[in-house]
Amino acid sequence: MSDPLLRVEQVSKAFPIRGGGSLQALRNVDFEINDGEAVGLIGESGSGKSTFARIVVGLERASAGRVHFQGREIGGLRPRRRRAIQRDIQMVFQDSRASMNPRLRIHQIVAEPLLTHGLDGSRRHVIELLERVGLGERFADLYPHQLSGGQRQRVAIARAVSTKPRLIVADEPVSALDVSVQGQVLNLLKSLQEEYGTAFLFVSHDLGVVKFFCDRVSVLYLGRVLENGVAGPLLSSPNHPYTRALASAAPSVRVRDQRQRIVLSGELPSPENPPSGCCFHPRCPEVIPDLCATVEPGRSSTEPGMARCHLLTPARTTEGAS
Amino acid sequence: MSGVLLEASGLSVTIDRAGRAVEGVNLTVASGEMVGLVGESGCGKTLTAYSLLGLLPAGVRAAGELRFAGSSYDLGTPASLQPLRGRDVAMVSQDPLTALNPVDRIDRQIEDVMRAHLDLNRAQRRARALDLLDRVGIPSPRRVARAYPFELSGGMRQRVLIAMAISCGPRLLIADEPTTALDTTVQAQIMELLSGLVRDEGLAMLLITHDLGLVAQHCSRVCVMYAGEIVEQGTVEAVLERPRHPYAGALIDCLVSREVGVTRLSTIEGSVPEVGAAIEGCRFAARCRHADDRCRATRPTLAPAAHGGLVACLRSEEITLAPIDTGEAQL
Repeated sequence: MSDPLLRVEQVSKAFPIRGGGSLQALRNVDFEINDGEAVGLIGESGSGKSTFARIVVGLERASAGRVHFQGREIGGLRPRRRRAIQRDIQMVFQDSRASMNPRLRIHQIVAEPLLTHGLDGSRRHVIELLERVGLGERFADLYPHQLSGGQRQRVAIARAVSTKPRLIVADEPVSALDVSVQGQVLNLLKSLQEEYGTAFLFVSHDLGVVKFFCDRVSVLYLGRVLENGVAGPLLSSPNHPYTRALASAAPSVRVRDQRQRIVLSGELPSPENPPSGCCFHPRCPEVIPDLCATVEPGRSSTEPGMARCHLLTPARTTEGAS
Repeated sequence: MSGVLLEASGLSVTIDRAGRAVEGVNLTVASGEMVGLVGESGCGKTLTAYSLLGLLPAGVRAAGELRFAGSSYDLGTPASLQPLRGRDVAMVSQDPLTALNPVDRIDRQIEDVMRAHLDLNRAQRRARALDLLDRVGIPSPRRVARAYPFELSGGMRQRVLIAMAISCGPRLLIADEPTTALDTTVQAQIMELLSGLVRDEGLAMLLITHDLGLVAQHCSRVCVMYAGEIVEQGTVEAVLERPRHPYAGALIDCLVSREVGVTRLSTIEGSVPEVGAAIEGCRFAARCRHADDRCRATRPTLAPAAHGGLVACLRSEEITLAPIDTGEAQL
């Protein structure tokens, strides 16, 4: 098989803390996105999702590891060299209001990346883009604050697709929207993906949204990937106790929902001082005494992909499956 | 209805220079029940809640009558609600960081609430504050009592806010999107705590949320608001499994579509009309796929529906809303 579009190998990121020490936001993360594929990154706040997204788009530099895009190492590129590939990697942020200059009109906002990369930033082209995301010409001369959250997010999407990128990094693109509007925006992203074959790194804490939008998914916890694999089976029958808890915590609209609800105790520990052994062990309902607190579990193959959990290592499975 | 604790009738809220934001809302909450108030942003849920507490900002006025535990209050006179506020009716808001004073320690803030409403001496207040922190599931109450809000996580801050809300033994808790800012695993913990207060201690709760999933899992009754009016209400089973209003049906459909695996999600096109928009007929008609000329001309009012609740829809009896798939949840 050909090289993946994006290949992240063993990426770590540590932020220095005032007064000494460091905060390990990411640790040895491996991650791949193939051409045209949508890959979800899920986890709680503080898990390192956004840091990872920022490294991929170049807003942050990894402390260690490699980031390859279209077979080229891009992690260490200087800003000027970086600009050439920036056209192929665009970003959609959660807070569309904060990601737009409030003093620019909508058509200027959408034209910005086009002009930066020497592309056609004409008003006519911008209006075509606005129409493609379901907004008409009447929006072109408005300011961001005159739009609803859903409309602003459509503008952000028009801006992101304007350079015809190969990869769009979307960091919680619908979290701030009402569920009725979330559907509109997600359907738009999906049809753009089908039309242009754009790949997506889709960061979200909402498993329902990820299940709809993504082909594969990685579960991040305290900067480590605990489980990854094909989205549908992974989210329907997770292998890692953490993914199981995440999946069961999302409240279903079905009144007679018979799923067993797993309520985790405690909260995400501080990444300044991560737990020993398996980083999930202090909250894990299936923790194996002694083992999990001392030994970090390796990768175990699962049907949808892989998971890091001692419950899945051959010696521990009851059937002794090899 | 027996056991009714709160009954608001003819509640309306007007925003100066904009218009009516809430109109003709009748709302009851009985002791020991959790009632959900749902709708998209801009439907008037939060204004409804704040008007029950007399906490509307300047330039926003309420009107209507409130009966609480047998006494009457005028919703148009916020000062008349002062004896209820904090004592019989307490509030848990969405953002605990802005609800807490950043420069006071946690114990001081909880004790302040008690000092305003309870006849306790300092040592008693201190002991009760620690007891409350323990009751809301804070692992080391003594340490948290001496902490400042910024030192606590979002989940811990929300627990502190709940401790403050229940400190004076309220009979009704109004929770405005209490878990929206939290991760789902922490949301599950906080909802468990709030449900426990209702189930075990007979507290009444009005849960304001945009998340029908939370309503399905925790509430016994639900009121669906659209553009300042209640358009459907009834038991959670009735409204969520057999909705009779197209808006309620569409909201549920949005969520069901992502649970079952589809190629396109269900949506509600358009958006909630702005406050004060002059609309003849049904306010939802512009977004409703069942609307006809009659809907655009005549404003429907709440009327008894087949599922035992109330519905404000002229065509409720004629139209078929897709039944909610009752199969196993996929997620």
